[in-house]
Amino acid sequence: MPVATLREAIEEHVHDGDMVALEGFTHLIPFAAGHEIIRQRRRHLHLVRMTPDLLYDQMIGAGCADHLTFSWGGNPGVGSAHRVREAIEKSWPQPLQVHEHSHAGMAAAYVAGASRLPFGLLRGYFGTDLATVNPDIRSVACPYTGEQIATVPPLNPDVTILHAQKADLEGNVLMSGIVGAQKEAALAAKRLVVTVEEIVEHLDAPMNSVVLPAWVVSAVACVPGGAWPSYARGYYARDNAFCIAWDEISRDRERFAAWIERYVYGTRNHREFVQALRADGVSL
Amino acid sequence: MSRCPWTPDEMMTVTAARMLWDRAVCFVGIGLPSAAANLARLLKAPDIVLIYESGTIGTRPNVLPLSIGDGELADTATCVVPLPEIFAYWLQAGRVDLGFLGAAQVDRFGNLNSTVIGPYDRPQTRLPGAGGAPEIALHAKQVYVIIKQSPRTFVPSLDFVSSAGFLGGNGERARRGAPGRGPQAIITDYGLMRPDPTTDEFVLVARYEHVTVAAAVAACGWPLRTGAAVEVIAPPTLEELEALRELHARTRAAHAVRVKLPI
Repeated sequence: MPVATLREAIEEHVHDGDMVALEGFTHLIPFAAGHEIIRQRRRHLHLVRMTPDLLYDQMIGAGCADHLTFSWGGNPGVGSAHRVREAIEKSWPQPLQVHEHSHAGMAAAYVAGASRLPFGLLRGYFGTDLATVNPDIRSVACPYTGEQIATVPPLNPDVTILHAQKADLEGNVLMSGIVGAQKEAALAAKRLVVTVEEIVEHLDAPMNSVVLPAWVVSAVACVPGGAWPSYARGYYARDNAFCIAWDEISRDRERFAAWIERYVYGTRNHREFVQALRADGVSL
Repeated sequence: MSRCPWTPDEMMTVTAARMLWDRAVCFVGIGLPSAAANLARLLKAPDIVLIYESGTIGTRPNVLPLSIGDGELADTATCVVPLPEIFAYWLQAGRVDLGFLGAAQVDRFGNLNSTVIGPYDRPQTRLPGAGGAPEIALHAKQVYVIIKQSPRTFVPSLDFVSSAGFLGGNGERARRGAPGRGPQAIITDYGLMRPDPTTDEFVLVARYEHVTVAAAVAACGWPLRTGAAVEVIAPPTLEELEALRELHARTRAAHAVRVKLPI
């Protein structure tokens, strides 16, 4: 049975220098797992994520990564991801090498990774400078028509980390709602760690829903609230007020560092993280 | 503009909403595009099909989403599909009538920059990046761009092309085989630009009542030409303004609700 604590799961499955994809497109973002990676002071990660929003802002600002593969990096509806920006613009806290795609290109790269194909393909990147700055974006002639089609290399992370609504006692995982490219990222990876809102006796998954069977899951950890300030449909809503507040917290190096110190390094797990926020008057 | 009883954002949103039509399949970005598309749905296009790139198809949010994947979008959608599917089976397949984009910079041929100001390797300002826009700009049957006008945003030459408009103009986009027709309107806080059918260069075809043509030309970083006649865009009606302000008020209230974690 792959059920573990989050600390054990990260200790065992995330190593310095790994390519790590924490996926979740606005919904079900594995924040608690990202915080645990910061807590365990992993370094030199190659972080992969379509939308490196607040989560990678925190991990990059905390010095976990020196490569980033992504397709949109801001604070959705608010503005910049200030820590990502400062890493790119000023190499702080360390230089960050970026590998940039469009969403469609990165989705194709996950599909190719999950399928163990040598490349993903799409009609994409037309007329853009992305192919100029990212040498991984190339093209191939269609063998039937000769049309040039854009290609991207597959993404095969060492470990993909997801948050989902439920797992059962055997470790089968169920997610619903906006599911992004999570299934593809999960099946593209060598190892798969999932945090869930609850562990139930039986999943009772509706047929055709997104289920990751236990035998492709390396570890499951029960971490209620583990997607905050993102959300878990059926459990809690997106904390838009915190996402707006993050703009101020993250704008300044010292204020950011103090936030990470107090709430991430200063706590041992997600429950203490939430308690510390509540103790400081954050309504959760 | 300060004497107006409405803001430039409101004028732009209302203008864009008027240009949408019922049953249009509309791929929408966050911000002004999302506000305009939902205003149109509330006022005149009840069966407009709104798609957000998070995979929500036919969504009818009661409040505007802050992010592209707020729960409100999923809860009110006809269906929710995975991300690879939304880009491949829906957008790339040519099922989208209209893409609705913003950007940090636009050039005279409607090419867009949302990636970087300054050199890519040593940026002055690193912007969030292209996201879904390159393929929306390529595959949507047509594209509207909504962006505030200034010589810094309407530039002679982009620092980076994130999404293609008409490329170098004079039919280059069509010659290179792009499936969609490209940008057909730029809605600004001065008025409306449309592409010249021969050169593909954007020209001013309409202005707001309180804006002069000279002011619109001065706020553009390329020598902005004007159409044969520059029409005047009717000011927002009371009904339009009330609907938009109620939508924003509902949105503010919803975004202020505190989240309760189950631990």
